[in-house]
Amino acid sequence: MTDTPLVSVRDLKIGAVTDAGRKVEIIRGVSFDIAPGEILALIGESGSGKTTIALSLMGHARSGCSIDGGNIRVGTHDVTAMSETARAGLRGTEVSYVPQSAAAAFNPSKRIMDQVIEITAIHKLMPRAQAEAQARDLFRALALPDPDQIGRRYPHQVSGGQLQRLSAAMALIGDPKLVIFDEPTTALDVTTQIEVLRAFRSVMEKTGMAGVYVSHDLAVVAQIADRIVVLKNGEIQEVGTTGQILHAPRHHYTKELLAAFEPVPHVPAGGRDAPEDQAVLEVSGLCAGYGALVNGEPRAKVLQNVNFRLERGRNLGVIGESGSGKSTLARAIAGILPAYRGKVLLDGQKLEPALHARRKEDLRRAQIVFQLADTALNPAHSIGTIIGRPLNFYHGLRGAKREARVAELLDMVRLPAALRHRLPSELSGGQKQRVNLARALAAEPDLILCDEITSALDTVVAAAILDLLKELQGELGLSYMFISHDLSTVEAICDDVLVMYKGEVVEALPAARMSSEATHPYSRLLISSVPQLDPGWLTGLEQDPELVAAFAQR
Amino acid sequence: MGWDYFGPMSGEFWMGTDYLGRDILSRILMGARFTVGIALAAVTLAVAIGVVLGMIAAVLGGWFDTLLSRLLDAFNGIPSLLFGLVVVAAVGSSIPVLILTLTAIYMPGSFRFARALAVNINTMDFVTVARARGEGTAYLITREIFPNILGPVLADLGLRFVFIVLVLSGLSFLGLGVQPPNADWGALVRENIEGLSLGAPAVVFPSIAIASLTISVNMFIDNLPTRIRDRSD
Repeated sequence: MTDTPLVSVRDLKIGAVTDAGRKVEIIRGVSFDIAPGEILALIGESGSGKTTIALSLMGHARSGCSIDGGNIRVGTHDVTAMSETARAGLRGTEVSYVPQSAAAAFNPSKRIMDQVIEITAIHKLMPRAQAEAQARDLFRALALPDPDQIGRRYPHQVSGGQLQRLSAAMALIGDPKLVIFDEPTTALDVTTQIEVLRAFRSVMEKTGMAGVYVSHDLAVVAQIADRIVVLKNGEIQEVGTTGQILHAPRHHYTKELLAAFEPVPHVPAGGRDAPEDQAVLEVSGLCAGYGALVNGEPRAKVLQNVNFRLERGRNLGVIGESGSGKSTLARAIAGILPAYRGKVLLDGQKLEPALHARRKEDLRRAQIVFQLADTALNPAHSIGTIIGRPLNFYHGLRGAKREARVAELLDMVRLPAALRHRLPSELSGGQKQRVNLARALAAEPDLILCDEITSALDTVVAAAILDLLKELQGELGLSYMFISHDLSTVEAICDDVLVMYKGEVVEALPAARMSSEATHPYSRLLISSVPQLDPGWLTGLEQDPELVAAFAQR
Repeated sequence: MGWDYFGPMSGEFWMGTDYLGRDILSRILMGARFTVGIALAAVTLAVAIGVVLGMIAAVLGGWFDTLLSRLLDAFNGIPSLLFGLVVVAAVGSSIPVLILTLTAIYMPGSFRFARALAVNINTMDFVTVARARGEGTAYLITREIFPNILGPVLADLGLRFVFIVLVLSGLSFLGLGVQPPNADWGALVRENIEGLSLGAPAVVFPSIAIASLTISVNMFIDNLPTRIRDRSD
């Protein structure tokens, strides 16, 4: 690079004070540059310090954290040496910020326009009329519908994807030199994400601003970034151009990240003793919903006439976007939310809709594991107590026998036996999810309902959980119903896939040939919307605008 | 050395003497048995009943929850001191009556507090998991929910204890609490109130006793939550 970089960070050190009052270094001497107009991605798992570094470019450290050393220069300003008042002058005009959750970043009681142009008022950049005109131009550039009127609405009157683009407009209005994007598409559905990414990319190209894009998703980053910084534990592992990182990674951690991203396709378990026609789970005409019952039907109907069968030893994936009824399906099968119509057969035996009407034996045979590993574990119980309870409850195990079985189960999920004396709060996210699995396995079930169990985990950790699930299946002959919004995860573990849309199963597909065999327009849209690790993917992507209009909640 | 009434502080009577010339320190020490004893009994009963009912209401939900909540809300609408006065006036004052009256006054608040906490815990995934396992209400309440609301409930118990001490002292000051010759701290203030104009310490020390008990219990519970957290393994 011959030009002077726009941003230069040298030996940045950020410290945090723990609850116990101990000082720890969370960013350990990070250095990088950003050229004018360049988009740099910070990638890493949770706790790697990517957001902390991004925020430090505005001179901001979250409460409990402080910038302890090093030097940050943005344009001609030395951010580390500035007073807090001077930094405030920098924010919005030189450096601006697009947060992860646009919904939380907007004030629900003020009109969108007033919030978008707030920066121009605070910094007295331009008269209101001019600011509003500029905001409308930005709305147009970000491909927002009805750019002239959308500013008059309140935040709850636009969709999540629109709100995220509006928060970008808010960041861009002050014409900053650098924009920080903090996981701006993580909370969005894939079909929505595409539109937001496209809008971000085109507006960044037009304005020529430099950007920092924080994400854990390599495929998303590949579409938008020029260079990638790979972070782990507050240290830079590797810096390179997007092409180099994706195709010729040097550091082993980068390789690990890439490997986790491209899952090994699932090989269906063949040669089982059970006859082909024996379904472990059969669901027919299932309807479920929420709210008070009117004439035996709930007010809000979610699931509508769901039919499928899952053969023993096979895995069924359920995909769809938020609100499609995936989790409701799992809850209805488990009996947590009683279905008001339809049948659930477990191993040929009809299950009662409501939990309390089911036999203990039926409950034992189908276990459910939830997405958020930590809220699914009682914080007041030790791991031993948590795993031991189903042993006692279903199998009547006590004392030394129970202890021995707990150790066995922990070993099964590849956790050390000594962990049983610990509390859930003392475990990492991946360990907690393993404990959840061990608790489900303790019941010795035939079927495990996995509700987005890897969604809250980092890529590498999630890949390890998937490997574990496959191994366990080989050992124990389990069947999984695997709910996920992440198609590559489903591909990695499932034999068959159900595509859900607005509470209905629109299509059933073989997992390995999802993209080639999908015929329903929604499945095709959904499958084509999943970002690929190819930097040219978004540019080359063509989606039927009619399909998009019909199905995507943009 | 005469047996003086409303005597000053001296080497023999550290806190002076009362309206009959009795040692105030001894009276306060004896009074503690009533003030602390009655308040402890009442607060234990009130919180135990309130927490158990609150957890059951949260877990069962439905009509049971609605009925109990509205009933106790209605009861909460009656001013507490007025309720105490009416009950004591109607059935007369004795220690069991005082304990039960104070329990009745403070139970609905404890119910509401515990129910609110339990409703939050009840929606957590680990309770759903236990329910899906087929666990009964008793297990859900005692093993899944109770350990997770214990900290705030203990803090609330301390606060409620303070309120009960104040209401009990109030009743006794009005002559409706502990009856002579026994006296709790509120009654001690009442019987020595004449001494105020004589500058006697007899009325000051029981008041200080009430104040220091309530303040110290408050300070204790301020420091409680972290301790509860630390020993929860």
